[in-house]
Amino acid sequence: MLLAVFADIHANRQAFGACLDYARARGAERMICLGDYVGYGADPEWTVETMMGLVDSGAMAVRGNHDNAVGSAAESMNAQAQAAIEWTRGRLSAAQRGFLADLPLTLHEEDRLYVHSEASHPARWRYVQDSSDAARSIQAASAQITFCGHIHQPALYSMSSAAKMTSFVPTSGVPVQLLAGRRWLAVLGSVGQPRDGDPAASFAMFDTRSREITYCRVPYDVEAAAGRIRENGLPLWLADRLLVGR
Amino acid sequence: MARSSVVSGAVIDGFTIGECVHRGGMATLWDVTRPDIAMPLLMKIPLMSEGEDPAAIVSFEMEQMILPRLSGPHVPACFGSGDFGRQPYVVIERIPGKTLYGRLGDLPLSFEETRGIVGKIALALADLHRQNVIHHDIKPSSIMFRPGGEAVLIDFGLSHHNRLPDLLQEEFRLPYGTAPYMAPERLLGVRDDARSDLFSLGVLAYFFTTGVRPFGESETMRGMRRRLWRDTYPPRKLKADYPPWLQEIVLRCLEIEPVWRHPTASQLAFELGHPDQVKLTARSERVDRDPISTVWRRRFNRGLTQPKPKSDLAAQLATCPILAVALDTTEGSEPLNEALRVTAQRILATLPSARLACLNVLKLGRVTIDRTLDEQGNNKHVDRLITLRHWAAPLKLDENRLTVHVLAAVEPAAAILEFAKVNRVDHIVIGARQNSMLRSLLGSVSSKVVAEAPCTVTVVRPTRAAALQSGSASSKSPDQVKA
Repeated sequence: MLLAVFADIHANRQAFGACLDYARARGAERMICLGDYVGYGADPEWTVETMMGLVDSGAMAVRGNHDNAVGSAAESMNAQAQAAIEWTRGRLSAAQRGFLADLPLTLHEEDRLYVHSEASHPARWRYVQDSSDAARSIQAASAQITFCGHIHQPALYSMSSAAKMTSFVPTSGVPVQLLAGRRWLAVLGSVGQPRDGDPAASFAMFDTRSREITYCRVPYDVEAAAGRIRENGLPLWLADRLLVGR
Repeated sequence: MARSSVVSGAVIDGFTIGECVHRGGMATLWDVTRPDIAMPLLMKIPLMSEGEDPAAIVSFEMEQMILPRLSGPHVPACFGSGDFGRQPYVVIERIPGKTLYGRLGDLPLSFEETRGIVGKIALALADLHRQNVIHHDIKPSSIMFRPGGEAVLIDFGLSHHNRLPDLLQEEFRLPYGTAPYMAPERLLGVRDDARSDLFSLGVLAYFFTTGVRPFGESETMRGMRRRLWRDTYPPRKLKADYPPWLQEIVLRCLEIEPVWRHPTASQLAFELGHPDQVKLTARSERVDRDPISTVWRRRFNRGLTQPKPKSDLAAQLATCPILAVALDTTEGSEPLNEALRVTAQRILATLPSARLACLNVLKLGRVTIDRTLDEQGNNKHVDRLITLRHWAAPLKLDENRLTVHVLAAVEPAAAILEFAKVNRVDHIVIGARQNSMLRSLLGSVSSKVVAEAPCTVTVVRPTRAAALQSGSASSKSPDQVKA
């Protein structure tokens, strides 16, 4: 089966729409969403509505820290993220807020684990920044392949049978076979707010038969997404950073 | 993890196991067949029982990732692989014959034979590097030859693929490889510089021509590290008749700093293909190693040999292309040649490691007997070479970046295309014939080159002003080529 895996959509309608079109055009059979559907971006209603529709038709989705913050004031965030979350809370209907609150923190499927952040303690929302974070995550997970997001920069880690780590920054469009002899942590880039210097939306496709993961970059109408953020009076930096991918 | 249970007669994923043809330290090789594949096949099975070297497993994983991505005549074709979940294996084309290791008893080989062998390996490396892979274990036992003569590289267990995770990156504290052939930067953990393969090929060339390994056979880290500061004896010290052009090439491959080696395997192959045009420097004449002061400076001032930030192999190769400019030397072609020079200059200005080959075709008659002398008794071939050098002089290129070639041929376009193919030219710059009677009679050389070239082609026309001034150029002798 061909999976399309999305992380950190952040209410960016233009980016998520472009990624969904791209994935469907390439034959994606199932959507996997790794959390942070809202926050930062200016189209939370559309995004959550779209997510609800996807889940109804078989998509798998876990909860991210921004989704959690919509329903819980206890989530600590920086000022801009906090401002965006408070704005978002007012936009979403009770049903939409309920959908986000009810999402699980982790989901298992065959030999794969889906989680928003580092997997050893999903509710602590820790970043995977280097090989040692990745090792902790891989060791805590029972799955052979973990998919996560949260850091908004794509990376691919592996652990050998002797617990040695490798790290790799994937090249978009080049499939990598996730060899069965080792365990893998695929860190997804962000759909709605990339931070690796490339403004194009980032997601990945995974072929469960050939076990190949392909990281993808999709150009989208960044100006329109930034314009929506400005129109809605959200912090300006949230618009500007989309243009530079930082 | 499954234990290897491979025996003759067993069937794995449709492959019927035949004889075991080799038992090595890392893997066993078996003859296998599959009804739908006519080609002779080998199945490679890693050793993975308790107590085996963990490198055997990681090397196998690297081959399993890299082999299916490779194509072309310089690698064995890959027909399938199995994972550690069941029975790990890869099935590859069986290349007939023996590896170059079989020639060790014949060393030293003649300079000319070595030039041929090393040139073929350089072309194979160029093709591998173009596919984003650095071999990292170039040595006689990794090299075979097809019946048609092309070198085939085997054993990718230590290789690095620039677009795939490098499983050997953090796996071992010591660099894995074959000590006598290992490039100095490998000892510092650098795995993404394709010029490491050129160093290993230089070791092979030195060994094959002198019978002596330039850095000995020490396998201790201490013994290997000496090559980070201590250069080897120039081949001329061992063989007084060593050709200067070959010493120039071999010592350039063996430079401690990768940046002083040939920029690409294609450029190395180009030099080996044109020994008479190798630019000789002080390297070519040396009979002694570097003075001790230089060695001490290298040893204790290691700024030069510090690891560099990760490089992108494809981007690095793209900055070192081989550029060929096809020139006409007839009277009246000056405006076009001027325009060609301007274009060449623009390309070369952005690419300080590019090299330029200037071509001119000396057209032979189909039936007439060609004389090498013109009406005045001058040698046409030599005259053309002088003209080409004169054309290139204003470019002020360093001599090791420039070569000139007169190709004698009946079909000019075919000659240019053949040159581009054999010499792995990356970019052809050619002029377009203007308003010519000959063009309608003979067809356009440039359009044939554009249609059939294996690389990028830029077609240049004279500036409008120059074209108006010269009008339709008149004097054209039949043996001259206009594109």
